[in-house]
Amino acid sequence: MKMNSVLLNEKTVIQSQTKLKTEAVSLYYGSFQALRNISLEIPEHAITAIIGPSGCGKSSFLRLFNRMNDLITGVRVEGLVELDDIPIYDKAIDVVELRKRVGMVFQKPNPFPMSVFENVAFGPRRHGKHNLGELEDIVEKSLRQAALWDEVKDKIGQSALALSGGQQQRLCIARVLAVEPEVILMDEPCSALDPVATLKIEDLMRSLAQEYSIVIVTHNMQQAARVSDMAAFLMMEDDRAGVLVEYGTTSEIFTNPKDKRTEDYITGRFG
Amino acid sequence: MEIRTIFHKKLREIQDDVLAMGSMVEKATSRSIEALKERDIEKARAIIADDLKINRKRFNIEEKCVQLIATQQPMASDLRTIICVLNIITEIERIGDHAEGIAKIVVMIGDEPLLKPLIDIPRMAERVNDMLHRSLDALINRDADAAKKIVTEDDEVDNLYDQVFRELLTFMAEDPKTITRATRLIWVAHNLERSADRVTNICERVVYMVTGKMEELEVSKY
Repeated sequence: MKMNSVLLNEKTVIQSQTKLKTEAVSLYYGSFQALRNISLEIPEHAITAIIGPSGCGKSSFLRLFNRMNDLITGVRVEGLVELDDIPIYDKAIDVVELRKRVGMVFQKPNPFPMSVFENVAFGPRRHGKHNLGELEDIVEKSLRQAALWDEVKDKIGQSALALSGGQQQRLCIARVLAVEPEVILMDEPCSALDPVATLKIEDLMRSLAQEYSIVIVTHNMQQAARVSDMAAFLMMEDDRAGVLVEYGTTSEIFTNPKDKRTEDYITGRFG
Repeated sequence: MEIRTIFHKKLREIQDDVLAMGSMVEKATSRSIEALKERDIEKARAIIADDLKINRKRFNIEEKCVQLIATQQPMASDLRTIICVLNIITEIERIGDHAEGIAKIVVMIGDEPLLKPLIDIPRMAERVNDMLHRSLDALINRDADAAKKIVTEDDEVDNLYDQVFRELLTFMAEDPKTITRATRLIWVAHNLERSADRVTNICERVVYMVTGKMEELEVSKY
């Protein structure tokens, strides 16, 4: 694994294949450069945390992987972004299909104003599954995977908006799981939740990581330390472009980071 | 801009406490040798009583460390500093126990005359105190090189111990009536030899704190 101007920690050895990869990626919003020359390999079946101060481009970086940035006018991506060695910014790529493989969970739980069942069945329906028995199986399986089934099985026909914030967020995760993705992107998935709901989601993430590759953006360093296997530290340079400072195993980054800027950030000596 | 000023102030206070605890133990070691030289049982008893203060100091520092871990979620070098302190205070406390052990031997000896004038034993105590003092300086100064150097000095203490042991063995071989008195002095020297080993453990922790690498720097001869 080679990276430009990035210190790669000695113990950066995760025993799994690379799922996502960026090579010299830069991202521009019009004339403003939000990310500069980021090269990173994200392993399969692991949790990779992106940490860094506000405005350093964490979310922009995350959104590269399902091309959510495409929705913003004036956005431009340079460099290579790959999913399973396939460049996802290639013209031949079907973005709808890409987003099925790379699901996303957002900061604020955003259930649709419909029943719990319909929320989870929504994705599979859009991808052509209409058999009710099959949909019921998918809904139950997804809710079980999202550790929500026991709490909602008796109110599956009720409005999802009646659920608590933590339950709504797990419902959103179930909704992502229902279309059988390979990668789950999470953008501050717990920042709107209380501590107990947060710990439930973190626990869920750990169990999901056995089957899915998860990338999470979080402001909460303790959360990154608790849940992730790998951690990438991004920060802004003087022109406000985000750069990758250090990438390594979570245990290395949080006990013995190699770059002084990482050390200063995670110990609260600058922010 | 420093953000976690209160946390970092508390972390510095803990390190100051470690220095204070180190001074208490240095004093106990040198006073134990004074008591031996002077066969001053009262002084020895005072050292034994003061060991409780050292133990209390250790619990007090440990409690502060636990509180910082529980409430502040320290990371990286801050985390390593706290882990290092937790280990170091155990070693310092045990060095205190060795000084207390010497004081107990002084009580045992009572006013019985010493077998021989004390030369190498006080030298061992001086070396131990000097090594301990500098190991804690290395902690405060984050100086891994200084810590590594101190570890090499353990050999000098081991050599002095060898010398004391050989000399006392000669006494015992020549006159079995000296066995009790000679053995007690060997115990004293052994306490000091162990104290020096504990200083090398402190140095290993300092190196870990600075570099993040856990390594055994030297295996003691004893």
